[in-house]
Amino acid sequence: MHDTGKILAGLAVFLALATSPLWYASLARSSAAAPRLDLPAAERRCVLPREVIRASHMQLLDEWRTQVVRDGQRDYVTPDGRRFDKSLTRTCLKCHSNEKNFCSRCHDYAGAKPVCWNCHVKPEDIK
Amino acid sequence: MNALVSLIVVAVLTAVAVAGAGARPSAFVLGIVVPYAAAAVFLLGIVIRVLRWARAPVPFRIPTTCGQQNSLPWVKSSPLDNPHTALGVAARMALEVLCFRSLFRNTRSELRDGPRLIYAENKWLWLGAMTFHWSLLAVVVRHMRFFMEPVPFPVLFALRMDGILEVGVPVVYMSSLGLLAAAGYLLARRLLSPQLRYISLAADYLPLFLILGIAGSGILMRHFTKLDVIAVKELAMGLSTLQPALPEGIGALFFVHLLLVSSLLAYLPFSKLMHLGGVFLSPTRNLANNNRMKRHLNPWNPPVRVHTYEEYEDEFRTLMKGAGLPLEKEPK
Ligand code: HEC
Ligand code: HEC
Ligand code: HEC
Repeated sequence: MHDTGKILAGLAVFLALATSPLWYASLARSSAAAPRLDLPAAERRCVLPREVIRASHMQLLDEWRTQVVRDGQRDYVTPDGRRFDKSLTRTCLKCHSNEKNFCSRCHDYAGAKPVCWNCHVKPEDIK
Repeated sequence: MNALVSLIVVAVLTAVAVAGAGARPSAFVLGIVVPYAAAAVFLLGIVIRVLRWARAPVPFRIPTTCGQQNSLPWVKSSPLDNPHTALGVAARMALEVLCFRSLFRNTRSELRDGPRLIYAENKWLWLGAMTFHWSLLAVVVRHMRFFMEPVPFPVLFALRMDGILEVGVPVVYMSSLGLLAAAGYLLARRLLSPQLRYISLAADYLPLFLILGIAGSGILMRHFTKLDVIAVKELAMGLSTLQPALPEGIGALFFVHLLLVSSLLAYLPFSKLMHLGGVFLSPTRNLANNNRMKRHLNPWNPPVRVHTYEEYEDEFRTLMKGAGLPLEKEPK
């Protein structure tokens, strides 16, 4: 007796799982391109250079939070000398006023779900 | 020595990735050609090995029995340790694959002065193995967020559960720590115990060093050196959609991570890591112990010419009658 039938069935399941990115991408008609973001119209520069803010904005926010909540220290001076209030809603979202088409669009693409909005408000929620 | 050989292999791979990350053509090879090639070797290698296993005949039932076999209705049998039905086998295999049940029975033996041989329970290896494998599964599922767009619900759920402690920004995943700690333990075990060191080959250390390198570089990128995750997803989605492209702005550490992963994938079908498929094909676990209920024919037995008693009597009936022997059929 051989168990080839059962083994082939198992192998088929394995192959289906292992190649799931390929068939999922074609079923979902995914495109490889990153989402288009709504950038602030009035401003040219972020608080940090673009490459830095893209990779490390969560750490900046974490530092801001600690400094505000623990040390009551609210003044942020950018490397190029501009001053900002260390605030998620009043600073980041003042320039990036459309959270949905900026932060969320990027986070959905990356599968990141920041829990910040459980407590913090977005400008679009207030309207 | 064996450990050193494996460590050098991983160090060389790391150096190759660091050297290749800088220039565009070599980054293209590291980021696109190598992952595709590794995935092909991984899939083909596993299929070929499993097909080779599938060709082996299964003439007898050889389960290891750890409990009473099913027999008479008034003898209590143990359906999990000595299953005689397909359902029992499925349950036994599930416990084996999901909970490492036979490793749970692991014991440790020691020679104490006396001299007395002492056996004691030893659950540490089981705990390390469970932590390691489940963390690895969580890590693999989590990484599907890079290869799938939109990120499907099961992957988001895994991300949420893994980061449910909400420690740190970005959140620290439990599986990152679990994988690093458990792989570290499995390595330390081999290095520190003289008996284990004696039986450990380079092929035992290589997967551990690769996995430690992968987990270490991943944690470094996520929490310390930082990188453009969106660019990484673009690269991964390029691979999934079969429209590969190399985005700008991906650091060398990422190429180290990717080359180590590709090496692990390509090495897997040739290594002891094939227990990934082998565990399902262990004949001592996956066969029902129904030797006494069903006749199992050996497929390669030569045909045996049998001479039944009926035929014997037909042949010698008259002689037997003459000798006064009892007959089943009287001659006509
Ligand atoms: C003064 C207005 C302003 C403030 C305040 C500001 N940003 Fe920006 N941000 C911008 C602009 C303008 C860009 C586009 C920069 C560019 O393209 O070089 C940008 C870019 C970014 C990007 C990268 C987007 C991309 O396409 O790569 C991220 C991420 C980001 N900001 C996050 C934040 C976060 C988080 C905060 C709060 C800590 C913040 N920004 C505060 C104006 C601002
Ligand atoms: C260029 C894309 C991009 C934009 C724009 C962006 N983020 Fe992010 N953000 C990311 C990525 C990618 C991660 C996840 C990193 C990871 O998972 O390793 C992240 C993670 C975070 C985290 C940490 C989440 C966690 O896991 O705990 C916070 C907080 C955050 N972003 C805040 C913001 C805010 C606020 C904005 C809008 C002002 C913003 N981000 C805009 C890409 C972006
Ligand atoms: C449990 C609710 C809660 C969550 C979740 C939360 N915060 Fe806050 N956050 C607060 C409170 C309360 C303050 C204090 C507000 C103050 O003193 O003005 C604060 C303050 C801050 C501040 C400084 C003050 C300001 O105006 O923004 C920053 C920055 C900040 N949080 C960032 C974050 C980020 C980033 C996340 C997500 C990773 C997050 N918070 C998640 C409740 C929360």
